[in-house]
Amino acid sequence: MGGRGLMRAYLTLTRRELASFFLSITGYVIIAGLAFAVGLVFYLLLTAQGTQTVSIPITQVFFNNLVLWIVIVLTPCIITMRLFALEKATGTFETLTTTPATDLQIVAAKFTAAVVFFVVMWLPSLGYLFIIQNYANQPGAMDAGTVGSMYLGVFLVGCFILSVGCFASAMTKSQVLAAMVTLVAGIALLLLHYLAVLLPQNGHWQTEVLSFFNIAQQMLDFTRGILDTRAIIFYLSMTLFFLFLTLRVIESRRWK
Amino acid sequence: MNDGLMIEVENLTKRYAGHTAVSGISFTVKRGEIVGLLGPNGAGKSTTMRVLSCYLPATSGTVRVGGLDVFHNSAEVRRRIGYMPENNPLHLEMRVREYLKFRARLKGLGIRRSRERVDTVMEQCSLTDVSKRIIGQLSKGYRQRVGLADALVHEPDLIILDEPTIGLDPNQIRSVRALIKSLATTHTVLISTHILPEAEMTCNRMLIMFEGKILAADTPDNLQRLVSGNGQVVAEIAAPLEELCNCWAQMAEVEHYDVSPADGEFFRCALTPSNGSDLRPLIFAMARDRGWYLRELTRNRHSLEDIYVKITKPPEEEEGT
Repeated sequence: MGGRGLMRAYLTLTRRELASFFLSITGYVIIAGLAFAVGLVFYLLLTAQGTQTVSIPITQVFFNNLVLWIVIVLTPCIITMRLFALEKATGTFETLTTTPATDLQIVAAKFTAAVVFFVVMWLPSLGYLFIIQNYANQPGAMDAGTVGSMYLGVFLVGCFILSVGCFASAMTKSQVLAAMVTLVAGIALLLLHYLAVLLPQNGHWQTEVLSFFNIAQQMLDFTRGILDTRAIIFYLSMTLFFLFLTLRVIESRRWK
Repeated sequence: MNDGLMIEVENLTKRYAGHTAVSGISFTVKRGEIVGLLGPNGAGKSTTMRVLSCYLPATSGTVRVGGLDVFHNSAEVRRRIGYMPENNPLHLEMRVREYLKFRARLKGLGIRRSRERVDTVMEQCSLTDVSKRIIGQLSKGYRQRVGLADALVHEPDLIILDEPTIGLDPNQIRSVRALIKSLATTHTVLISTHILPEAEMTCNRMLIMFEGKILAADTPDNLQRLVSGNGQVVAEIAAPLEELCNCWAQMAEVEHYDVSPADGEFFRCALTPSNGSDLRPLIFAMARDRGWYLRELTRNRHSLEDIYVKITKPPEEEEGT
């Protein structure tokens, strides 16, 4: 296929995957679930703060409790679980891979659809920020920079876990298994930084590496408006790594 | 470019972990032919088709479609093949037209071209009435047709259909068969089936597969000749039973006879000749000489089923005969 044809399969596939997210009830349940979670945090925030002023950025307060964390870790597994596993289970994987579309286009399209859905899922949360912006008596409580960097953090962490989810989905025919593996991976990621804290700080390279997995800390930095390029590169490269693994798994049927 | 051969398979072997599905088969298919792959379950038909359609790689051997190697030129080959796997997997939540348009775009057709082609194949497969229905709500017959339409939508040179009529009722089978026949000459078609009369009616040539090997490859007529040497004769004669049986037992040309009562005085005799000779004149002469009434005299050709069963008989049984 020529240049235009190269994109055609990719765009067609992405569009179809997105449509299937929004055709089934699961998509809306997930969005509603997240809206509820953010609303809950917002409510907690309000009752805790009352009319006091707050010294740290509002965005950081959002992530002080565990609720949003759980959401970020949980939702990718539900989004990605059926991306590959369902197609392999129903047999449509065979009809998909016997078209001229390349494996790369297939993997890229499914990941793109998952990311776009993830982004759309977070759009309702903008509403809460608007409320804070307009009704808080503290001018400058909402700084565009911190808001932007918070969403960037969410996006990067989301991409990472979504790519792990794609990999898990590609490895199995069972959606449930894929979801569980992704969930466990996400939780493990969250808990890794505790491990780094518990280990003796003797400068071994293992502790250095583990401290890079400190998602909680990195997220906190993002919410403060600190854009640590090491973190950004870390998430991007890990995402690409798992996407590469996914591609290899899909291609592996050609080696058997 | 490739002297008219659509498919060239040389020594194809496919092994799964510990199990050889296809072992060293070779065959060719010319452009415009309809070829049937016959065989019991597990013979290797689906595996062969999966290798041809570039879904699986061969363990060894070469496979060429339209002169292009399926492993090295996979993308090009896939553009020329329309494939309908066993069990016809479809996206059940999509509507018919939506699904076909999606597939057409996926296969590289432009917006306008896909719209045209979708309309054309829907008409070809009689799907225009159900174009807006959700696939999951369609009957099996319609779903098979959607699968067929999908295989045809990008005007492929080669169409590979794995058990296209499985689970269909006789009417639906007829319409699918008619559709396949209409594809001949303009397309090359490879279908797999274990419904023998259907293969006999649709295919120019048949390949009988068994346990990963090709046991016979020829036109239906030639296969008949291969196996039939014996033309079993059925005669209905009115005669005393004992005399009738003695008669057959004494006749040297009759290797085996089977007499069962028909209505009234008549008996139905099924006679197998011993050396392939035509028994009918002998029977007629005998009945005339003895004054017995003869009211039916037919020679049975071996059905394809007999040929199939005979060829695919497991080796241990054959040693006994």
